[in-house]
Amino acid sequence: MRFDLRLPLGLLFLIFGAILVIQSFISPVADQAKSLGLDMNLRWGCVLLAFGGGALALALRARNRK
Amino acid sequence: MLKLSLGPTDLLIIAVYFAFVIGIGVALKRSMKKSSDFLLSGHGIPSWIAGLAFLSANLGAQEVIGMAASGAKYGMITAHFYWTGAIPAMIFVGLFMMPFYYGSKARSVPEYLKLRFDEKTRTFNAGSFAVMTIFSSGISMYAMAKLMNALLGWNFHACIWASATIVLAYIFLGGLTSAIYNEVLQFFLIVMGFAPLVFLGLKDCGGWSGLMQRLGLVSASHGFGPNAWSSSWRGLGAPSHNPMGVEWFGMAMGLGFVLAFGYWCTDFLVVQRAMAAENQTAARRVPLIAAVPKMFFPFLVVLPGMIAIALTYKAGQSSFALPIRPDGTYDYDATIPLMLQHYFPTGILGLGLTALMASFMSGMAGNVTAFNTVWTYDIYQTHVAPGKSDSHYLWMGRWATVFGTLVSIAAAYVAAHFNNIMDLLQLVFAFVNAPLFATFLLGMFWKRTTGHGAFSGLLLGTTAAAVHHGLTAPDVPIAAMSAFKGGWLGHVLHVYPSEMAQNFWTAIFAWSTCFVFTIAISALTRRTKTDDELRGLVYSLTERPQDEHLPWWKRPMWLAVIIAAGALALNLYFA
Repeated sequence: MRFDLRLPLGLLFLIFGAILVIQSFISPVADQAKSLGLDMNLRWGCVLLAFGGGALALALRARNRK
Repeated sequence: MLKLSLGPTDLLIIAVYFAFVIGIGVALKRSMKKSSDFLLSGHGIPSWIAGLAFLSANLGAQEVIGMAASGAKYGMITAHFYWTGAIPAMIFVGLFMMPFYYGSKARSVPEYLKLRFDEKTRTFNAGSFAVMTIFSSGISMYAMAKLMNALLGWNFHACIWASATIVLAYIFLGGLTSAIYNEVLQFFLIVMGFAPLVFLGLKDCGGWSGLMQRLGLVSASHGFGPNAWSSSWRGLGAPSHNPMGVEWFGMAMGLGFVLAFGYWCTDFLVVQRAMAAENQTAARRVPLIAAVPKMFFPFLVVLPGMIAIALTYKAGQSSFALPIRPDGTYDYDATIPLMLQHYFPTGILGLGLTALMASFMSGMAGNVTAFNTVWTYDIYQTHVAPGKSDSHYLWMGRWATVFGTLVSIAAAYVAAHFNNIMDLLQLVFAFVNAPLFATFLLGMFWKRTTGHGAFSGLLLGTTAAAVHHGLTAPDVPIAAMSAFKGGWLGHVLHVYPSEMAQNFWTAIFAWSTCFVFTIAISALTRRTKTDDELRGLVYSLTERPQDEHLPWWKRPMWLAVIIAAGALALNLYFA
C-alpha cells in the first residue's frame, strides 16, 4: 500500500517549525543581529508550522473521506 | 575558505530529515512486488507528485550553487535557463511527446527508440545514458563531500560514503516511488530553506529598488549599459552588450531550442518521472505542473547571486561581500554557502543546510533510479539475460541500484583526482545529447524516418559537435585555455566571446547536422517498419488523446496556455 505523501510532508515541516520556534526562545537576542535584527527562527518557524499543519490537514481530510 | 559552525539544533534538523528520508523508503518497501513497481512506480503516481519530482530530479546542488554563481556573474540573463531554456521545452514534451512515451508502453526513453527505430539506436542511447547517469551522480557526490568538508570540516570520505549509503538505502527499499516521494520532500525543503535567504538578502539591499540601483553600479563598472545585470533580453542585441557574451539568436536557438528541448524532451532522468504517472493525461500534465514552480525558481536560485554581487559593490545594512580568489576574480560559487553563514543564525541555519544537502541527494537519486531502469530493461534484459521471470528483473533492479551506487562512488573518486577527465566527459555527453532532439523530433513527426537514418544522423551530429568544438575557441586568457575548451584540432577558425556562446553554437551545429543527415539518409534507405508497427509511435499515425470529459483546469492544453502566458509575461516584465 502506498501512503499519502502529505502525511510525512506535513509531519516533517511541523517538526522543523517546532524546532525553530523553540530555538527562538533559547537563542540569545544577540543572535538576531545576523538576520538583520529579525527573529527569523520565530517568524519562519511559524511559517513552517502553518505549512506543515496545512499539508497534514489535507491528508487527514482525504483519509476521512475514504 | 569560510567555515560554518553548527549548533546542536542544526544537527538535530539534519538528523530528523535523514530519518524521514529513510523512513519513506522503509514504508514503501512492502509495495515493491514487481519489477515495474520498483523501476516504474507501477504507473501509479498522482500528477502533482510526479510534477514536483520532475522538477526536483533536475535540481541538483550544482544547479542551486551554479545558478546563484551565474546570477552573480551574469545577472538576470541567467533566468533564461528557466524562462527560455526550460518552459517552452516543458510545454512541448507535455503536450506533444508524452502521448508517444506513455502511449507506446515503452518503459524507458531508449526503449521508445527501439520501438520506433531499431536495436542499435536504442543501445547507443542506453549505453551513453547509463554512463552519463553514473558520472553525474558521482560528480554530485564529489561536490557534496567537497563542500561539506570545506564548510563544516567533515571528513571527505565519510561524506561520500554516508551520502551514498543514504541514497542507496531509500532507493533499494522503495525504488522509483521512494526516489519520487523524497524528491517532493526535497522540493519543499529547497523552497522553504532558500526563501528566507532571498528575503533577508533583499532586505539588506533595501528592497527591490535598492537591488536594481546597486546592479546599475555593477553594470557601469563593467562598462555595460545600465540594465546589463538587471534585464534578461535588453543586453542581447550583441555579444559585447552583456556579461555572458551571447546574442539573442544563440540564446534562443542554442539554449532555448537545441539544448533545452534536447534535455527536457529526451533525457530519461526527467521523462521517467512523467512516465510514472497514473494515466496518459496525468503524464501529460506532469511537465506542465512542473513548469509552474520552474517559472519562479529564478527568484529562489538566481536572485541570491544578483543580491550577492549587488551587496559586494555597495554594502547594505550588514557587510556582506563576495570573497576574492587569489587570481583576483570573485568566488561566485561561494554565494549560497556564504549567504547561509552570513544571514542565518543557529536553527534556521540547519534548515538552509539541510536544503542544500537535499538538493545534492535529489540530483544523485534521480540519476541512480534512471540508471537502474535503463540498465535492467535496456541493457540487461535486452543483451545479457532475456526471457527471465519478472522476479528476476526485480532482483536485478535492486542490485543495479547497489552496483550503480558503487560505480558512482568510484566516479566521485575519479572526479576528485582527475578534474580534467570530468570536463572531458561532460563535453562528450554534451556532444551526444545535443543532436538527440533532432532524432526524436523526426522520429515522432515524420513516419518516413528510418532506423539507419536515425542512427547515422546521431553519429554524424555527435561528430559535428566534436569537430565544431575542435575548430573554435572561447575568448579566454591563454593561461586558462585547454583542449577541453576547444581548438584541439590544431586550427582555430572562430573565436567566440565566451564559453557559453561556444556551447550554444556547438549545440546548434550538432542539432542541424543530425537533422539534415537523418532526413537525407532516411530518404535514401528503405522503411523497415510498416504503418501498423508505427501506430502509437508517430504523430500522424496516432489518435489524438481525448480529454474533453475533464474539467478545463485538468486539460493539458489549457494548462499549457496559462503557463505560456505566464512565461511570456515574465520575459516581458523582466526584459
